[in-house]
Amino acid sequence: MLEIKQLHKSYPIGDSSLHVLKGIDLSVKEGELVAIMGSSGSGKSTLLNIIGMLDEADEGSYVLDGVPIKNLNEKKAAVYRNKFLGFIFQSFNLINYKNAVENVSLPLYYQGLGRKERQEKALFHLGKVGLKDWAKHLPNELSGGQKQRVAIARALAAEPKLLLADEPTGALDTKTSYEIMDFIQELNDEGKTILIVTHEEDIANMCKRVVRLKDGVIMEDKFVNQVRAAQYV
Amino acid sequence: MFDLDLWREIFQSISKNKLRSLLSGFTVSFAILLFTLLFGIANGLENTFNGFFKDDAQNSIFIRPGKTTKPHKGFKAGRKIQFKNEDYEYLKNDFGNKVQYITSRVYKNFMASYKNEKNTYSIRAVHPDHQYLEKTLVYEGRYISAKDLEEESKVVVIGRLVEEDLFMKTVALGKYINLGGIQYKVVGVYRDDGGDNEERMIYMPISTAQKIYGNNDYVDQINMTYNPAMSYNEALSFSKLLTKKLKERFDVAPKDQSAVRVRNMAEASKNVNQMTTVLSVLIIIIGMGTLIAGIVGIANIMIFVVKERTKELGIRKALGATPKSIVTMIMLESVLVTSLAGYFGLLVGMGLLELIGDSLKEYFITNPSVSTNLIVGATIILIIAGAIAGYVPAKRAASIKPIVALRDE
Ligand SMILES: Nc1ncnc2c1ncn2[C@@H]1O[C@H](COP(=O)(O)OP(=O)(O)OP(=O)(O)O)[C@@H](O)[C@H]1O
Ligand SMILES: [Mg+2]
Repeated sequence: MLEIKQLHKSYPIGDSSLHVLKGIDLSVKEGELVAIMGSSGSGKSTLLNIIGMLDEADEGSYVLDGVPIKNLNEKKAAVYRNKFLGFIFQSFNLINYKNAVENVSLPLYYQGLGRKERQEKALFHLGKVGLKDWAKHLPNELSGGQKQRVAIARALAAEPKLLLADEPTGALDTKTSYEIMDFIQELNDEGKTILIVTHEEDIANMCKRVVRLKDGVIMEDKFVNQVRAAQYV
Repeated sequence: MFDLDLWREIFQSISKNKLRSLLSGFTVSFAILLFTLLFGIANGLENTFNGFFKDDAQNSIFIRPGKTTKPHKGFKAGRKIQFKNEDYEYLKNDFGNKVQYITSRVYKNFMASYKNEKNTYSIRAVHPDHQYLEKTLVYEGRYISAKDLEEESKVVVIGRLVEEDLFMKTVALGKYINLGGIQYKVVGVYRDDGGDNEERMIYMPISTAQKIYGNNDYVDQINMTYNPAMSYNEALSFSKLLTKKLKERFDVAPKDQSAVRVRNMAEASKNVNQMTTVLSVLIIIIGMGTLIAGIVGIANIMIFVVKERTKELGIRKALGATPKSIVTMIMLESVLVTSLAGYFGLLVGMGLLELIGDSLKEYFITNPSVSTNLIVGATIILIIAGAIAGYVPAKRAASIKPIVALRDE
């Protein structure tokens, strides 16, 4: 699914620069559910953003689904983001003046689908996250958990090959977090490849593989026995 | 290509962010409102000045006699100059094709009556050419003719308002009115763009007036138009020549300014034309200034709007929006807001001009209004301005990496 070799990334800070990723090697196969862990500032988000083509690496190679991602122009990147990738953010990142179903439709709009088809698909995915009845509600009328589920529906709407989640449960309480994880596990059961950045051990243990970052390199990369979230909800 | 979905996105963004749209629209509306008012008022001023000349031919020369102020050739100062028919003949015949139309005038004032209605009117006894000099528009019957002069006929041509006053909505043509005890046949009724006073006049043949009232050949004033083929400078030197010749003819000192007065409209109209040109240029500069201020305003607001929307644009990019689609969306939104708001300002401005237009007459503003050309021009400028105002920040927003746009502050 994805193949990363010797990836480097630094951020310029004033005159000097901050070397955040110092040679990452990572390979993820289709159907995996990977947790990326590490202390704050260890470069988890940076890595995920590069995988998601929201940011670019300075050095190293990155191949996504057989396509080398290098020096992509913005238009190509947009097409890949739209077709291959779904994003789930800690702060949900819904558009506040669009209601739930309109938010979910947005990636489909950029896929060039017709209005009716968009509406149908969006409602279907909202239904999958259990929010069919909330379709007409604006984000500020929804709870944090509901917002995150709308965001998941939106990420799924485009039927991406790879789902990237940066602390999806970071802004939620434990119970709601487990509901979201239950949902993510179901998606993974259906065969979706998912990468999750998290701080929390319990969330990481609900994945199948845990990658730990420290000082810009992968310190540990192991497979774990998945804890099912369903038992807690 | 019309993309309904794109327009839906834009309408939603405008209508769901009302305050933002209103604020950006307000600047534009206000600028266009000022622009419209300024141009309307400028037009009104121009209309007033042009109105001063509408009444008379622009190539007119008026010649009036006065009293001498300097002794000359044995005559004392204070002598009254009197024009006569022979002076008219002299002016008419001795200057070749330089004279286009020429007429004498004798002024009288009489009580005019028809049946029980009476009123006092100014009477002008004239030659037939007078019609062209004064731009008299005869809409019923005819004007004074050469034959009338020859036969000294008792005929009159009356103004529209004279007919209205005396004939009480009945037809005046062919009826007789009484002027100081003598019956005159109405042979024509006329209109005049020079205003109400000009339409409260009565014209009669000069020979008739001279015969009946005084039995002399006195003339109060001579008006002419010079050959319109003459240039401004030629016209000026022609009126100088006339002045010189007439002063010689009446033994008036060359420096005496009041014995024979020749007034050339070319001079006056040139001055006013210059003034209106200066005024128009000034107004255009101020108007353009307002418009530019409006454009700068909308550009600033668009920068702010795009900044406010940075996160939204980042989300859209993460979901697969191409830079082009972002630029298009923001530009069209800007164009739409600018055009709608500008159009609104234009309508309000035109409405205001319509409303207050009539009450501005005393400030020398007549019929303040804006032309279709100006409206079309302003609309095009608005659309272009909106596009430019939107393009620069949109382009910048589209080139921001999505990760930068998405970062929480
Ligand atoms: N655009 C940027 N410019 C400069 N420095 C940056 C930028 N983005 C991230 N950094 C720095 O790079 C380092 C890694 O950031 P990153 O967001 O990847 O950390 P993280 O592991 O996700 O941390 P957290 O758990 O707090 O989210 C941090 O020190 C951060 O300050
Ligand atoms: Mg992070």
